[in-house]
Formats: sequence, structure tokens, C-alpha cells
Amino acid sequence: MSLVACRDVVKRFGTNTVLDGVSLEVAAGEIVAIIGRSGSGKSTLLRCVNGLEAIQDGSIRVGDTTINAPGADLRAVRQRVGIVFQSYNLFPHLTVEKNITLAPRVVKKISDRDARQIASDVLAKVGLSEKVNAYPDSLSGGQQQRVAIARSLAMNPDLMLFDEITSALDPELVGEVLKVLEALASQGMTMMLVTHEMGFARRCADRVVFMHQGKIWEQGSAATFFDNPKTPELTSFLSAVLH
Amino acid sequence: MNYTFRFRDVFSSWDILQDGLLLTLRLSVITILAGLVIGTLCAAAMTYGPRWLRLSVQSYVEVIRNTPLIVQLFLVFFGLPSLGVRLDAETASVLTLSVNLGAYTSEIVRAGLEAIPKTQIEAGHALGLTGPQIFRYIVLFPALKTTYPALASQFILLMLATSVVSQISAEDLFHAASIIQSRTFRDFEVYAVVAGIYLALALALRVMFSGFYHLAFGRR
Repeated sequence: MSLVACRDVVKRFGTNTVLDGVSLEVAAGEIVAIIGRSGSGKSTLLRCVNGLEAIQDGSIRVGDTTINAPGADLRAVRQRVGIVFQSYNLFPHLTVEKNITLAPRVVKKISDRDARQIASDVLAKVGLSEKVNAYPDSLSGGQQQRVAIARSLAMNPDLMLFDEITSALDPELVGEVLKVLEALASQGMTMMLVTHEMGFARRCADRVVFMHQGKIWEQGSAATFFDNPKTPELTSFLSAVLH
Repeated sequence: MNYTFRFRDVFSSWDILQDGLLLTLRLSVITILAGLVIGTLCAAAMTYGPRWLRLSVQSYVEVIRNTPLIVQLFLVFFGLPSLGVRLDAETASVLTLSVNLGAYTSEIVRAGLEAIPKTQIEAGHALGLTGPQIFRYIVLFPALKTTYPALASQFILLMLATSVVSQISAEDLFHAASIIQSRTFRDFEVYAVVAGIYLALALALRVMFSGFYHLAFGRR
């Protein structure tokens, strides 16, 4: 059984239909990159998968929870689905360690000592062990984003969602964040990522999904997808972003 | 002008002033704590609550902020007994002042809550926190930090406003002044000394609040 199953998902903001019947399955351990022009609905799709946005039609299942069912335990789902945002969204009044230990302590009721051990483990994974007591505003964008990834990992999720996490970074900081993603990929983490980093998508993704006008327009394995686009929309998108 | 100042008459009644000062301090401390709690809860209700709750809290805030404190005080102390609720002067004072300060505080804290970016709240949801947990761990501290200067001035205003409770016979600092005045007829001296004490109190509070700021929010 797939880990994530979206079926005919429709999402509207007012009269504006952002997702227009999207169906997508993601298997455990799979890495799916979602690409497309801005406004194509790719970020919205991610946000629907952990219930940050409610959907108007269709269904989304994560694990064995149908998250659009009435009374679905969204909080339980969110403990198993991490999301990292474009704008990091670290808590500015908390140290790096407290940013990371907050949810384990408060949501999972893990002891302070164990939570700090977790923080030290995930910080090591993103290569920021020495920043444990730093405040977010003393870190570079790339470092903040790596802390945000660590914060999500601390909940030990089954699935990670990455929403254009390198788009706000200076070009020279993109590499350090992508390196963390590659390490996660090699450890078998299931990932859905919205990205503009075509090189990364080609290198690390198992499957690439191209969204256009709220629909999945074309998808395929990373190997064939970029070299043999089938639709003119993808062809023109690729030629725009690759040059 | 050939008036001879006799501050000695005032200072010889220092024990009365001291008792009054203690009540003024007690009223201020209790009211500030109660007002902060009421204000924070009301601000949360106005920002995140359902419509009926927002409207009720908004009505409370508007009624309190648009009527004189002394009228509120008289309503509680002289008016409520008609409905069978009899409060002693100090209790009536604490109650009225807290409800009054709560209304002003809620408007200040609300501005702080609204300044918290939505993305912070979203990050809390994404980590599986409940609404109240997000409020407590993510929103409250930065909101109080940004509004702290406004809160501190409001609290000092409140301390000065406690002088109104002498009108319902609560024996605060200003009440002590009236007693000494009626005994000595040294109006200028009495009120000058009391003004000096209020001034010292206000300045001391200011220093305390600023110290507390560095303690609580200094590093962050």
C-alpha cells in the first residue's frame, strides 16, 4: 500500500480552483519531485497532504488516515508528516535546541533529557551541532533552513514535505541545504518536494511530477522525464528553467 | 505670600501614610497581575475565539473603555448591594480595577498577537501542536515582548489611578492624605508629599519594569 494517496483532489480558494482533480500516489521510501510554474498548485498540493489546507473534493490518505474525513486526527497525522517551508519559520524567541525540542516535549511528551538527545542527533544530521544554543537570527538562511529540517526530523516522521525550501536562499547557500536532502534521500526517507532545482530533481528523485493549471500534466521517472518531455507545456517550462 | 511651610505636621503622621502606601502597593500589584491575565485571555479570545465570544469580549472592552473608572467603582461598591452583592471597599477596588485594567490590557496584547506572522502559527500546527500549545509556546512570548513598553505604561497609569478608591473609603495613600489634611489643614504640604510619593512609586515601577524586561526578554 502506498504511503500517500491523493484521489481527484479539488482545492478552491473562493472561485479560484487551484487543484483541479489531482491524483497522486507516493510509495514508502519514494522521492517525488513536483515542478511547475508558480500558481500551478504544487505548493498547495503539499499543504493539503498534511492538512494545512482543507480540500473541497476528492480524498487524501496518509498511512491509514483519510485526512479529509470528518473528525480525522490531523494532529496525529502531522506528527508523522514533517513539512519544511520556504521561509524556514523557526521560532525567533527560542534557541536552536528549543526550536527542535518543543514539539517532542509538548506533543510527544518526551522527557527533557531525551528530547535534548534527539536535538543533538538531528543537528548532527544537518551538520549544525555547534549551533545548539544559537538563536535563529544569528544564523545564515542556509543554516536556518537546515535547523528547520532538523526540527521536522526530530518528530521522526514517515514522510517529509519540502515546499521550495531553497527558493529564498542566496545561491551560494543552496548547496548546503541540498546536501542535507541528498543525505536524507540516501537514508530512505519518503519525500515529496516542490522544487526549482532541476539538477537536484534529476539526480535524487525517483519520480518527477509536472503540474500545470492545477492538474498533474505529466510525470515520469527522473531519467526519462527531462530528456523526453511529451507535452508542449513541459517542453516550454523546461526550456525556460534550464536556460 | 507669607505662608510658612510646615512639613513636620505631615511627617508626624507618617504611620498613616505608610499604611495607605501599603494598600496602594497591594492594590497595584494584585490588579496588575489580574489585569494581565484577564487582558491576555480576552486578547486571545478576540483574536482566535468564535464569533459569539469575540463579540462578548469586544463589548466588555468597549463598555469599560468608554465609561469613567469612578463610575464603574461606584456601580460595584454602591450599586451592587441593591442586587444583594455586598463587597468591602478593598475587594470592590481590586475587582473594579482588575476588570478596568483587563480591558485596556486586552487591546494592547491583541495588537501584539496580531503582529505574530501567520507562518509561525502554521509551523506550530505542522509540528502537531494544539491551538492552546501554539498560543502558550509560540505566540505569547513574542507578543508580550513587543507590547511590553505599552503594557508597562498602562500598569503605571493603573497605579496612579488606584487613588480613586479613596472615594469608596478604601484606605489607600490618597485616603491617608485626606485624613492628614483634615487633621492639620496643611493642604499644600500634604498633597505635595503625597504627589512626591506617587512620583517616587511611578519611577520605581518604571525601573522595576525595565529590570524585569531585561530579565525576561533580555536575551530574547
